[in-house]
Amino acid sequence: MSRSFIARNPSILWFLASLAVFTLVITVLSEGFGIGLIPTAFVKTLGKTLCLCLVAVAMDLIWGYTGILSLGHMAFFAVGGYMTGMWLMYARTEEIVVQALASGPIPATPEEVAQGVTTQIFGVVGGSDLPAIWSFAHSAWLQLPLVLIVPGLLALVFGWLAFRARVNGVYLSILTQAMTLALALYLFQNDSGLRGNNGLSGLQNLPGLGHVSQATTSILFFLASAMLLALGYVLAAFVISGKFGSALRGIRDDEQRLRFLGYPVEGYKLFIFTLTAMIAAIAGAFYYPQAGIINPAELAPIASIYLAVWVAIGGRGRLYGAVIGAAFVSLLSSWFTGGMAPSIPLGFYTIHWVDWWTVLLGLSFVAVTLFAPKGIGGLFDRLAHIATPARHGAALGPNDGALQEKEAQE
Amino acid sequence: MFRLLLPLAVALCLGLPGFAQTLPEILSLERAKIEKPSRQTIGPVIDAITATGDPAAAALLRAWGDRHLGLRKSDGAFFVIAPEGAGWALTAPDGTSAGLAAKADVTELKPNAGVRELIAAALVQFTLSDPDPANRARALDAIAKSPAASQLEPLRAAIAGETDPALKTRKERLDTFLTLQFDPDSAARIAAIQRLEGDTALDARGALNPLLLTTRHAATALPSDENIAAILPADLPGAYDLLVTAGLAPARLTPKDQKDALAAHLRDGAVAGVPLADLATQSGRDKAYEALEQSGAVPPAATDAEVAAALKSHVFYDAYREKDKGVTDAARAALASIDTKVGLMTATDLGLDALSLASIYFLAAIGLAITFGVMRVINMAHGEFIMMGAYTGYVVQQLIPNYTISIVVALPLAFAVTFAAGVAMERLVIRHLYKRPLETLLATFGISIALQQIAKNIFGTQARPLTAPAWLDGQLAFNDIIAISYIRIAIFVLALAFLAFFLWLMKRTRLGLEVRAVTQNPTMAASMGIDPDRINMLTFGLGSGIAGIAGVAIGLFAKVTSELGSDYIVQSFMTVVVGGVGNIWGALAGAAMIGGFQKGIEWLNPANTLAAQTYMILFIILFIQFRPRGIIALKGRAAGD
Amino acid sequence: MSSLLEVSGVSVTFDGFRAINNLSFAIGAAELRAVIGPNGAGKTTFMDIVTGKTRPDEGTVTFGEMPRSLLKMSEAQIARAGIGRKFQRPTVFEDQTVSENLMLALKAHRAPWRVLFWRETQAHRDRVQALADQVGLEDHLPRKAGELSHGQKQWLEIAMLLAQEPRLLLVDEPAAGMSFIEREQTTALLVELAKTRAVVVVEHDMDFIRRLNCRVTVLHEGSVLAEGSLDHVTKNPQVIEVYLGR
Repeated sequence: MSRSFIARNPSILWFLASLAVFTLVITVLSEGFGIGLIPTAFVKTLGKTLCLCLVAVAMDLIWGYTGILSLGHMAFFAVGGYMTGMWLMYARTEEIVVQALASGPIPATPEEVAQGVTTQIFGVVGGSDLPAIWSFAHSAWLQLPLVLIVPGLLALVFGWLAFRARVNGVYLSILTQAMTLALALYLFQNDSGLRGNNGLSGLQNLPGLGHVSQATTSILFFLASAMLLALGYVLAAFVISGKFGSALRGIRDDEQRLRFLGYPVEGYKLFIFTLTAMIAAIAGAFYYPQAGIINPAELAPIASIYLAVWVAIGGRGRLYGAVIGAAFVSLLSSWFTGGMAPSIPLGFYTIHWVDWWTVLLGLSFVAVTLFAPKGIGGLFDRLAHIATPARHGAALGPNDGALQEKEAQE
Repeated sequence: MFRLLLPLAVALCLGLPGFAQTLPEILSLERAKIEKPSRQTIGPVIDAITATGDPAAAALLRAWGDRHLGLRKSDGAFFVIAPEGAGWALTAPDGTSAGLAAKADVTELKPNAGVRELIAAALVQFTLSDPDPANRARALDAIAKSPAASQLEPLRAAIAGETDPALKTRKERLDTFLTLQFDPDSAARIAAIQRLEGDTALDARGALNPLLLTTRHAATALPSDENIAAILPADLPGAYDLLVTAGLAPARLTPKDQKDALAAHLRDGAVAGVPLADLATQSGRDKAYEALEQSGAVPPAATDAEVAAALKSHVFYDAYREKDKGVTDAARAALASIDTKVGLMTATDLGLDALSLASIYFLAAIGLAITFGVMRVINMAHGEFIMMGAYTGYVVQQLIPNYTISIVVALPLAFAVTFAAGVAMERLVIRHLYKRPLETLLATFGISIALQQIAKNIFGTQARPLTAPAWLDGQLAFNDIIAISYIRIAIFVLALAFLAFFLWLMKRTRLGLEVRAVTQNPTMAASMGIDPDRINMLTFGLGSGIAGIAGVAIGLFAKVTSELGSDYIVQSFMTVVVGGVGNIWGALAGAAMIGGFQKGIEWLNPANTLAAQTYMILFIILFIQFRPRGIIALKGRAAGD
Repeated sequence: MSSLLEVSGVSVTFDGFRAINNLSFAIGAAELRAVIGPNGAGKTTFMDIVTGKTRPDEGTVTFGEMPRSLLKMSEAQIARAGIGRKFQRPTVFEDQTVSENLMLALKAHRAPWRVLFWRETQAHRDRVQALADQVGLEDHLPRKAGELSHGQKQWLEIAMLLAQEPRLLLVDEPAAGMSFIEREQTTALLVELAKTRAVVVVEHDMDFIRRLNCRVTVLHEGSVLAEGSLDHVTKNPQVIEVYLGR
């Protein structure tokens, strides 16, 4: 399978090669392993960007290929982050507590350590008992599988409910947005057991690696993120190749037709929804340790919409488009909002990009939707001389097929 | 008549010598007692002074109570004194000035606390009969605020003479409250309690509730002299702590105490022979502590078995602070009857709240229902149009200081501004994306974030006030429980007006007819000479304009910020989705349902509005399972399904 | 003769409008049948019911030698049971190549997991080639379906139907938008197909039906008005009144 698979998808090789070169260059220039030209903070930004690229790949699978505009994938991303965050925070706090207790005359009992950790973590929200959802947090082997299991189950249940009811198109988008909002509001509560709006913090410290400098950790995470992106990309490329990908694009273009061909469309949607949710969760699980902190604001519906923006700007229906879009927009965004872009004095008014970047982003997004619906990826197509067939019909995925099925209009 | 007789009767009862009715007479008669008062003897004198009804008596008593009363040694006359230079400025009780006097010439009267209390009680009675109704009302307020047994008699005495009917009612009500709490006669108290049955006012509940306050006790046997509210099971949380507090059992050893005790007896890396390493488990520590106990080094701690035995051999109960069982029974019955009524009224109030919330959602969603339902265009910037409306209101208020006029100007202006914005957006963006709903969603989202940020850049991040005119302040209170603010009534009326307007527009006008035609079949409508472009533009403008007006309305009770719109957008979408697309009644039903449901959850869990929203969204997700096309769905082929 | 599909006593109401009214219909295992009727007679709704898109309010629909009710089955299950449907307008996946379209339609397991690990073999390619030959698209396999002409799309859709190897074909106005020669070919194909399976053709065009030379069912206001040979039904005065006499 692999030979013909790669052979039929040369872009995978191109992508993997560019990613490898990029990773190598950054590693060599980094403080941790190289000549120290790139500051650690920027390595972290790049590592985070790679994770965002991965979640963009997931978004491209579900939206660009299957035509389901999910506004909930950043929620899965954040839930994945919370799941690792719980372990990281618990383990890190445990180290501190053990150290503190070790200075006493009597060695600490496990109960004392657990109580100390609980007080440390939940004192801020006035809790003294470890919430039940933290039951596994003390063990990486128990907690880390939850990175996949929790978002996966969430997506499975939600998807089953939504797809079974044949919720389509914009309805589904709004419903996923509502799900995200519900989750965010739930996490904002102090009694949700996840420290309310304080979120989880101190995630950049890896348990057991206290002696390793952040410069080194950041490169390790950067490499892991790159590896993950490569794996995710190949997995996504595998999913969209062959008949399964054909079926996905069939759902996007005319799900009713596919149904009459005997395909259980709901099953496919549920499969891809859950799969992409899990990819997003893994991306989140690697993102937040690099960000160091996670709080419910990360689940705001707007985050998921930004994800859609990245994919749209990068170019839907092309995996590399999603990656380019996420990398380009999020890096540009941190350049602008980081105050590094020069202000533009207009005489009567000075444009500070910190204030006006969002406006620019919003408007350029409108422009991309209107004038370059294929996004940046479309430019690559032109370079590669991929002839766009002159044809009539659905240009870019779901049009009214998603909202009103064609049969009804006749 | 009675008013005149009362002081007489008081004087007679007290058996004062002679009929010394005027203040100076009493003062000269009782000078000795006043100069050296004692709690036992002074009562009749104070009553006599009070009974004169002389306004000067009040001033005298007040000065006396405040230790500002002096006795001139030369003639034994009483004066209100105030320090003036090295001496005193003297004022006669009737207010006339009597010049200055040296310190040595005046005896300062310093009544003790007991006497001052009597004076204060007398003063209340005095103020209760003050000729000025405002003073009387103030006295009643003072009593209501801190009721005391001593006020009971003066209050009762002041009821009969009250001429103001409102004040009289208040006095009688206060009398009831004081009686049920302080009257020595149990029957009178029960009667007073029974008078309050079914009375839902807050003060009535406030008066009854203290009667049912309980304290928790532990004892070896149930005492007979307590008014027991409930006997508690021995396994209630904190039961053992009660025993410890009552001194009936030794304290349990906390892990911390144990650890400290062990640390104190650490010798050569071991405690009582148990090596230090073994102390890293609880069982190891217990073993070490037991060894210490046996050697007598530490006091014995209660073991689990001892705790269980102690809990078993004691009773735990809640006792009313009020010792009179008849009173507590009556109070419970009265409160139960009140609770039933309060429950009903709370439900009514909740209904009003839900109605007002539904009106807000309806207002926010109606424009969306038009654009989404009629044009199948999802406008993520709808929330920002609401925000623009609110900021328009704010700007108008900066220019026109009169709140009423500014609101009257702001409403049409907000409509105009957002109508124009809507038309511009339709022309420039949405028109090119028809039949691509997901891309419309994203493009309008781009506009939404741009608009939000622009608002932030112009108006800053802090909330701007949009002040309602004075006549919209306050609330329409039916009683202590049912109340609705005038702003919310206004919003309800506005929502109704919009409903009527919309129905009229769609059913009675040419434009409505054309809109419906374009909704149902654009191609056919176009071939009938209707310009679908124009209709779409107008429809979109209309929907946006209504969002602007909704923005002014919402801005009146919510703070105007750049995030105002996004707070409402998801709820608005939910309203439209739940209600069913393409139908104004659907938006109404959706708003009613979401508003009612949200209030319902808040009622079940009032402390947590965040949870209420979470549950509401979960409910909507489930609801869509059963009615995927909303409450009021178009059926059949017309629904596009 | 035992029937493959049996529809009996079916009614459907949309917002008070009775689209199908106590309709009964049966077709044998290898039979060609034309269904005609004026607009609004319920032809498309009838197909919707058989394919599971619309659930009837009452009545039964059974399929197969060991008759199974179709009413509890989803559209996809019905399709897998062997009912293929061709839509009025050609609906093919325009963004995919002709060969991808055909591969998608080939009879195979449809469960997501099986499809994910499904890999095409020479046998599959041969089958696709054969189907393309059958409908005259052999030169267009690598082209995107969206680039085909209207008639070619119709043919592609028919080929996709054949790829499913259905036992019952529902064909909605196959001749619409076709040239004369294409119609000839379509007729021949449908007649040929009906030798091994049941084919229901919904059509307006009387000439086309005449060429099919089969039993005709006339629908009117949601129920069967007449049934028999074309000559038989065209002599029926009711049919003439509601349909032919326009």
